[in-house]
Amino acid sequence: MVSPSTMKAVRESGAVPNAEYVLEVEDVRKEFPGVLALDNVQFKLRRGTVHALMGENGAGKSTLMKIIAGIYTPDSGTFKLRGVDIRLKSPLDALENGIAMIHQELNLMGPMTVAENIWIRREPKNSWGLINHGEMRLRTEELFKRLNIDIDPMVEVRMLSVANRQMVEIAKAVSFNSDVLIMDEPTSALTEKEVTHLFQIIRVLKAEGKGIIYITHKMSELFEIADEVSVFRDGKYITTKLSSQVTRDEIIRMMVGRDITQMFPKETVPIGKVKLSVKGLTLDGVFKDVSFDVREGEILGIAGLVGSGRSNIAETLFGVTPASSGTIEIDGKLIAIKSPGQAMANGLAFLTEDRKDTGCFLLLDIQDNTQMAVLQNRYVSYGFVQQKQLSKDSSIMAQTLRVRTPDMQEPIMNLSGGNQQKVLIARWLLTKPRILILDEPTRGIDVGAKAEIHRLVSQLAGQGVAVIMISSEMPEVLGMSDRIMVVHEGRVTGLLDRKDANQVKIMELASH
Amino acid sequence: MTDVQQEPGKSLTGLTKVRRLPPEVSILLVLFGIILVFEVLGWLIIGQSFIANKQRISIIVLQVAVTGIIAIGVTQVIITAGVDLSSGSMVGFIAMVAASLAQVSTNERAVYLSQGWVDLNPLWAIAVGLLLGAFLGMINGFIIAKTKIPPFIATLGMMVSARGLAKWYTLGQPVALLTDSFSWFGHSFPVMGFPVPRPVIVFLIVAVIFHVMLTYTRYGKFTYAIGANPQAARVSGINISNHLIKVYTIAGLLSGLAAVMTAARAESAQPGMGVGYELDAIASCVIGGTSLGGGVGRITGTFIGTIILGVVTSGFTFLQVGAYYQEIVKGIIIIAAVVIDQYRQNRRRKTS
Repeated sequence: MVSPSTMKAVRESGAVPNAEYVLEVEDVRKEFPGVLALDNVQFKLRRGTVHALMGENGAGKSTLMKIIAGIYTPDSGTFKLRGVDIRLKSPLDALENGIAMIHQELNLMGPMTVAENIWIRREPKNSWGLINHGEMRLRTEELFKRLNIDIDPMVEVRMLSVANRQMVEIAKAVSFNSDVLIMDEPTSALTEKEVTHLFQIIRVLKAEGKGIIYITHKMSELFEIADEVSVFRDGKYITTKLSSQVTRDEIIRMMVGRDITQMFPKETVPIGKVKLSVKGLTLDGVFKDVSFDVREGEILGIAGLVGSGRSNIAETLFGVTPASSGTIEIDGKLIAIKSPGQAMANGLAFLTEDRKDTGCFLLLDIQDNTQMAVLQNRYVSYGFVQQKQLSKDSSIMAQTLRVRTPDMQEPIMNLSGGNQQKVLIARWLLTKPRILILDEPTRGIDVGAKAEIHRLVSQLAGQGVAVIMISSEMPEVLGMSDRIMVVHEGRVTGLLDRKDANQVKIMELASH
Repeated sequence: MTDVQQEPGKSLTGLTKVRRLPPEVSILLVLFGIILVFEVLGWLIIGQSFIANKQRISIIVLQVAVTGIIAIGVTQVIITAGVDLSSGSMVGFIAMVAASLAQVSTNERAVYLSQGWVDLNPLWAIAVGLLLGAFLGMINGFIIAKTKIPPFIATLGMMVSARGLAKWYTLGQPVALLTDSFSWFGHSFPVMGFPVPRPVIVFLIVAVIFHVMLTYTRYGKFTYAIGANPQAARVSGINISNHLIKVYTIAGLLSGLAAVMTAARAESAQPGMGVGYELDAIASCVIGGTSLGGGVGRITGTFIGTIILGVVTSGFTFLQVGAYYQEIVKGIIIIAAVVIDQYRQNRRRKTS
């Protein structure tokens, strides 16, 4: 095995071994607490090609990319760079060895200029040891010319459009003379014209002999830009094909082709009258013309890729981001929802997607976390919290949901993800909701807690609660929902009945 | 759902219960430690007791009463992850206004003599002082909630402007010769031969009220929620803007109260009153365990923190340490208290 620093020296001398594959990883395994993220996968990247990675959310693509970019260290497996064994210890290591990753969320410093962002830590110096801004500008212009990018190097990054920032990120990655470029859904925020430009740049890089790993959910891009495609599923490597020798349907089948062995305790319950009716709901620039009904006792699943607008629809229903236009009716009555408080007054509850960012009060204890929403409307007289009754009801709720904790005074940050999620569900159940919106209710929690939450959701539906459940997990959506609404790029692309729904149909509707 | 009888001492799920000491315990120990050090040094250096002296205790509490009242308001502001820099300047301005409404008619240079606003009932001065404080606080809250600029900047602006108002109000002249009925609020009364200053009684009452408010009311729960995680608070249905306006209004009200007490105690007012009070108040909160990051803090902690600052000041005077050294060491103590507290919390997080 060669150490990264030796490799770096070899690279700088220009005597790079000319292997067929610029990057080869084999038998890579990575385990996180409770999850096997990568199960002995392999991946090979040829020089001068674009290699697409496909797979559902959670298939392991991002984990593999982070390993290649040096962010994670694999538990086991071999890693060859230009035919030589190597072990990366940090993202800096990876960068110095010619592997650059362009992240989905951009990592630029807004108040600094484009040139400063690109050459940070490598600024050209003058003889006084101070930064030579003229030289830096020249180098940036040269780089931009090569890539056919038209951006002023001296403008501050925060003044640029998202597309232009993306170009700067790519230019920065190229400026390291990287041989491997990883692009994680680079077109998710780009318009069609910008995508065309991006593809031009990719073709330039390809012609220069670089290997490009391209993660995408969009089939059309795959066939336009990729030479090869590898499919991942549930942390396993499925196959690699030339993109000219594979069809869209084959890829979808490989992506979703697992058996639903997990059991979902879906109970058949009587479905009542329409509880919530949404018509033409629009949030400008995010989603458009969304219409659907949910009935009492019904579970409406919402499927779609990350970024399709499914969570935004939920946020708008709950008043977090009020709608630009459209109507919401509850029990046949037109209502306005401009804030979460109003939504709650109308019997809605909303378990958010991100437990840490918008769910837990990490500094507070379980009791406070459980009671924070219900205090809005109940358990308060003359401003004073009726703590005795509330504590009793909260701990009964916590016990019903089997929150594993010594007592209600434990700080919530000491609980596992699954238990935190149960506390947040308890928070909403205390408000006795009639319409319950669940956004990724079982993300990142272990199988046992998952099953408990599924059982609970079924029970609630049985009590006549109208449930809207957003999920990235196909088996969950298929197993739990009475009907499934599929969202793609801010539009409803399909509404399937339980009996007609299957993974292939959903994937087709969710990715065009 | 099943009815659950929870036996005392037995946990919810049969897991062992963790015994938790209130977070104030460590800060109380720091207070005792500091007192002990002064006691020992007292006997060693000047041969007398530090703590067994009624006069000294009375002075300590009187010194801290005014900044203590402010610190209570600032505690709830800091719990929302905000800060209030304007309290000291508000004290200056409001003390001027309140004092000007409490002047005696024999004073030829009284501010409102020509309007005949002299020899008024002291309740006028107090009511105007409190309302003015609440109003200025509301402006703070309104600016912070509606423009979303950082509380540091909003209250910094108020700090500068309120000090300007204090000087403008009489064009820099002090206000003196106040009615006895107004000054009464700043005086002491004897309890078993022990002089108890009325501002101290006010401080204690305010501390109790706000301890109850933060612990047992919805107002308090929402205050912690906003500081701990504003997004989660919003999704839980809390109207953050309205709540922040309330929090800053109340902080302003308490600055107004502190201003009235300051003027009554001094039996006069001058535009420079209250300089630096905001920093003493913030220091008291922080020493008492309130986290500037929001979501954490208690009135009991702030109360002890206030006493610590008072004890340190008084202790140095007692040891005849020069005023310069006092300030130097006070700064060190503020930092040390927070470092110790942070260290303790990190350790607790790791062990649990």
